[in-house]
Amino acid sequence: MSRQSNRTTDSKKMNSELFTLTYGALVTQLCKDYENDEEVNKQLDKMGYNIGVRLIEDFLARSSVGRCHDFRETADVIAKVAFKMYLGITPSVTNWSPAGDEFSLILESNPLVDFVELPDNHNSLIYSNLLCGVLRGALEMVQMAVDVRFAQDTLRGDNVTEIRMKFIKRIEENLPAGDE
Amino acid sequence: MAIFSVYVVNKAGGLIYQYDNHVPRTEVEKTFSFPLDLVLKIHDEKLVVSFGQRDGIRVGHAVLSINGVDVNGKYTAEGKEILEYLKDPANYPVSIKFGRARLSSNEKLMLASMFHSLFAIGSQLSPEVGSSGIEMLETDAFKLHCFQTLTGIKFIVLADPRQSGIDGLLRKIYEIYSDFALKNPFYSLEMPIRCELFDQNLKSALEIAEKAGTFGPGS
Repeated sequence: MSRQSNRTTDSKKMNSELFTLTYGALVTQLCKDYENDEEVNKQLDKMGYNIGVRLIEDFLARSSVGRCHDFRETADVIAKVAFKMYLGITPSVTNWSPAGDEFSLILESNPLVDFVELPDNHNSLIYSNLLCGVLRGALEMVQMAVDVRFAQDTLRGDNVTEIRMKFIKRIEENLPAGDE
Repeated sequence: MAIFSVYVVNKAGGLIYQYDNHVPRTEVEKTFSFPLDLVLKIHDEKLVVSFGQRDGIRVGHAVLSINGVDVNGKYTAEGKEILEYLKDPANYPVSIKFGRARLSSNEKLMLASMFHSLFAIGSQLSPEVGSSGIEMLETDAFKLHCFQTLTGIKFIVLADPRQSGIDGLLRKIYEIYSDFALKNPFYSLEMPIRCELFDQNLKSALEIAEKAGTFGPGS
């Protein structure tokens, strides 16, 4: 049976500026509501987590990627397939720790922060923290517990945006049966 | 060529979605006069034929309705015990409909959980390392196909044994789930799926699969 992709969303291109505007409106509203950068960061992470647990199924359904057996494979899939599919960018994977359980994703450009400048009173705001939550949520659904945080951020004056991902452990509860 | 039903089971083994496309129904309605020549017995809260097979009424068929009114297990709609009712000659002639008892939703829930456990046993029994769970279960009347995602959700399709293209259909159902169930912000993960768009798209996917499947072997 042919995989007739009658998914109109494949060909429907949304204006990326609308996406940037939407994300910006979201962050500014959170700032108004919570008035505390740390709290906003936490909320963004939570929201990202909720997106991640759903996005992973979409990702698995559309790409034919199988289960990753080590963290290096995971890093490659995230950088080359996932980021490409959803944000249209391909970050590079670098700075592996000697134990092979930590790496960095270097993003040359970040579609979320087009046209954004952080004002002085929001020094500790991690604007793109949603991405950390998304990665954390998505990997948790495939039984990997990870810690994701921003090591460098162009909005805070660094040259590149660097996301540091650390493997914590494999989640053994509720493993799907027959886990290859 | 038919696809009979679709089941979706969550990570914990609970049934979150069930759809019966069309289950072949064999129902026979006949008028009887006293005394009834079929032997009926109570089984699992239903009244079934235990002996006296004739005219399309088979052993194991349950009493579905009396005089056109659906029965409630072993009681009539008014609450009278059917066996008592049928012992009284004054109630005859009576028209009784027999047929294969439909699975109640509770039974379906139980069967789905049971399948979830059997699926796990499938991989544990394997002599080879890293085997998947049960992918296909075959009987002479139907084939059950199961696809488990990396996140633990199982999509189960019961179809005619000659129906082909079920693998593609399972992947398509996964896509429909990731679109219309997961992208609906009001749907909570692991909960029963009550999304109209999911139902509609699933139905059309099944139609397409059924039509395409007629090019399979044996058609």
